[in-house]
Amino acid sequence: MDFGLNEQQEMMQTLARDFLTGEYTDKVLKAMVKDEKGYTPELWKKMAEMNLTGLSIPEQYGGIGDFLDLIVVLEEMGRVCFLGPYFATLVLGASVIAGAGNEEQKKKYLTDIAEGKIKITLAIAESKVKYDIDEIESNAVSQGGFYVLNGGKLFVPDAQSADYIICAARVNDSKTKPEGITLFIVEANTPGIYIKPLPTVAGDKQCEVTFENVKTSAKDILGEENGGWPYVERALQRANVARCAEMVGMAEQALKLTLDYAKERTAFGHPIGAFQSLQHRCADMLVDIEGSKFATYQAAWKINQGLDAAMEASIAKAFVSNACQQVMASAHQVHGAIGFTEDHILHYYTKRTRAYEFSFGGVDYQLGRLASF
Amino acid sequence: MDFAFSPEEEAFRAQVAAFLEKEVPREYRDKRLTFFDMSAQSDWIQVHRAMAEKLGEKGWLSMHWPEEYGGHGVSPFYRLILREELSRYHSPGYDSIGCGIVAPALLLKGSEEQKKQHLPGIASGKTIWCETLSEPNHGSDLAAIEVFAKEEADCFVVNGQKIWTTNGHFADWNALIVRTDREASPNYRGLTFFLVDMKTPGITVNPVINMAGHHEFNEVFFEDIRIPKENIVGGLNKGFYVVMSLLDYERTTDTVYAIAATYLKDLEEYARENNLLNPFMENQFARFKAECEVARLLHYRCTWIQSQGMVPNHESAMSKMFSFELHQRISDFGMEVAGPYSQLTEESALAPMFGRIPSCYLRSFAYSLEQGTSEIDRDVIAQRGLGLPRLR
Repeated sequence: MDFGLNEQQEMMQTLARDFLTGEYTDKVLKAMVKDEKGYTPELWKKMAEMNLTGLSIPEQYGGIGDFLDLIVVLEEMGRVCFLGPYFATLVLGASVIAGAGNEEQKKKYLTDIAEGKIKITLAIAESKVKYDIDEIESNAVSQGGFYVLNGGKLFVPDAQSADYIICAARVNDSKTKPEGITLFIVEANTPGIYIKPLPTVAGDKQCEVTFENVKTSAKDILGEENGGWPYVERALQRANVARCAEMVGMAEQALKLTLDYAKERTAFGHPIGAFQSLQHRCADMLVDIEGSKFATYQAAWKINQGLDAAMEASIAKAFVSNACQQVMASAHQVHGAIGFTEDHILHYYTKRTRAYEFSFGGVDYQLGRLASF
Repeated sequence: MDFAFSPEEEAFRAQVAAFLEKEVPREYRDKRLTFFDMSAQSDWIQVHRAMAEKLGEKGWLSMHWPEEYGGHGVSPFYRLILREELSRYHSPGYDSIGCGIVAPALLLKGSEEQKKQHLPGIASGKTIWCETLSEPNHGSDLAAIEVFAKEEADCFVVNGQKIWTTNGHFADWNALIVRTDREASPNYRGLTFFLVDMKTPGITVNPVINMAGHHEFNEVFFEDIRIPKENIVGGLNKGFYVVMSLLDYERTTDTVYAIAATYLKDLEEYARENNLLNPFMENQFARFKAECEVARLLHYRCTWIQSQGMVPNHESAMSKMFSFELHQRISDFGMEVAGPYSQLTEESALAPMFGRIPSCYLRSFAYSLEQGTSEIDRDVIAQRGLGLPRLR
C-alpha cells in the first residue's frame, strides 16, 4: 500500500500547477466559456511544448508518463476549471487509438497528438445517453470497399475543435449481435459531418454531431469490425475516472476559496471561520474531498496496472459526483450572497461539477452498474 | 501510489481466515454478530478472553510491534488485516483498548519497566484493559476533568468517579487520566496518566446499561486507591499529551468500515433471500457500497501514515467520523429493509437475522458519540486540518 505520489507525479503536479496558475487565470476561464472554440491555439502550443499533450501516450510515439501522471495533471486542470480539448484528446482519443489502433494508425495519430498538432474526440452517446451498447443505432453500410455512415451523436466533448472524431457505430445494422460495434475514425471536416455545439449550463463545449452519408473506408476502422465495444468500455472507465480527477481539483479549489473567505470575512466581531457551524461545514468539505481523491486514485491505479477497474470506476464516479456537489453547495453557503453573483468565479466550478457528473454516466447510471457487482 | 496488498500480506490474510474458519464459535457466525453488539451475548466475556488468548498464541496481537518487545516489526497493515478478518468472521477476541490504545501509548511514551511489565500481557491476550477518561460532568472537554490524585511520599491517592468505562466490569488493568494540579493554566497541563491494577483496593465498578439493553460500559468509583508513582506514563502533569496521541490511535484501531461493510452485505443477503429488494433499495445498497469503499480508503490512508512512522491526526478524526457515521446510517437503513419485522427482538422466532437489525440500530446511536463525538472530530478537522481559527 502506498497512498503517496511518487517523484514523477509530484513533479508533474508542480509543473502543471505552476503553468496553469500562470496561464489559466479566472479572466481566461471566463473568456473561454464564452469563446466558440473554448481554447486558444497559443495555449495548446505551450502545452505541447511542455509535453502535456503527450501524457500517457507510449514513448515510441513521442509521449511521456502514464495514466496516473495524466490523472495528477487533470486534477490540477480541475483547480483552474480548465476548459478545452485536453480531456477529449488525451483521455478519449489517444487512449482509444493506443488500445484499438494498428501500428500505422498509432504512428499517424499518436505522434501528432503528442506534438500538439491534432485534437481528437470520441462520439458514443445517442439520444438516450445511456452509455450502453444497446442504445447505439448509428449505422455504416458497406458499399464497394467503402462504408457510408449515418447517425446522430449527443454530448460529444469538444467536437467543435476536434480534427478527428471517433464514432461508435454498427455495420450493416448489426443490431442482432450484441458485440457488433465498430469504431470509425473520421476527419471532422469530412462532407456530411455536422457539428453543433449544445448550449449548456456550464458553457463547456459539448456537441451534437450528425453523420449524413459520410463516406469512410476500412482503413479508418480502429480495431476489428464489430470488435469496438471493449475499447469503448475501456474508454468509459478512463473517462469517468478522469472526470473524477477534474471534479476533485475543482472541489479543492472551491474549498480553498471558501477557507480564504472564511478567514477574512468578519461578523459579530470574529472571522466567520471561527464559528463552529461554518467549521463543521468546512470539515465535511474536506472529508468529501479526501474520500473523493482516494476513490479516484484507486480506480486510476487499477487502470494504470492494466486491471479491470469497472467497479472501482463506478464507485469513484458515484461517490465523487455527489461529494463534490456537496462541496460546491457548502462553498456557496459560506460565501453568502457574493458567491451567488455572476461576477464571482465560484459558479463556474459549481456548474462544471454538475456537467461532469453526467459526462460518460451520471450517478444513477453508476449505481445501476454497482448493483450488478 | 499502490492500492494492493503485498503477497506476504495476502498470505497472512489467508492464514488468519483459515484460523478463524475453525476457531470462531459457530453461533457467533450464524447470528452474524457484529463487533459492536456481540457483547450482549451471555457468554461473551469468556469467548472474548478465550479468542484473545488464541490470537495471542499465534503472535498476531503484537506482530507490528518492534522485535525487542516481542513483535516482528511488520507494517501496521497486518493489524488492519487481522481486524478486517475478525469483522468478516464475526469474531470477538480483539481488545481494542489494550492492543489498540495502551500498547501504542506505552511503546511511544512508556518507560522500559512499564513496557516489560505490560506489553507481554497484551501480546498474549491474557490481560484485558479498560480506560477511564470521561467523568459524569466532563466528556468532550477532557482537559477539564476533576478527579484528583493527591501526591504522597511513595504514591498517588485517587478519589472520585469515572464513567462510560467500556469493559470495566472484567478488565484486569486500567488506563486512568486524572488531575494532579488544580492550579495549572491552561488546565490540560495539570493532568497525569496512570496505569492502574483493577484489583487495587477501593475500586468499585457498577454497570451502566445502554439503550440497546447491552452491558458494555460502567461507572467506576475510586475510594482512596493508592497508585505507585512508577505507574505514571509520560511524566507528571504531562498526561494530556499521552491522551492526545492515544486518541489518534483510538480513532484508527477499530476497522469500522469493515464492520459496516459486513453488516451491509448481511442485510443485502437477507433482503435478496426474502424478495424485499426494489429499485430504491438497490440504489441505496449501491450507494452504501461505494461509501464503504471510501471509508476503507480513508482508514487505509491513516494506516499508511502509521506505516511511514508518523501519527495521523486530523486524518484519523476524518476516517473515524466517516466510518462511524456511515455505519450509523446503514444501521438506520437496516430498519427500512426489514420493515415492521425490524422491530422484533432476538426472543421472537419471527425476528429477521436473529434480532440483529434492532440491536445494531439501537447500538448505532453511540457511533457519533464514542471515541470522541462527531462534533469534536469536525473541530479537529477544521482547526488542525484546515487551520481555521478557534473562537475560545
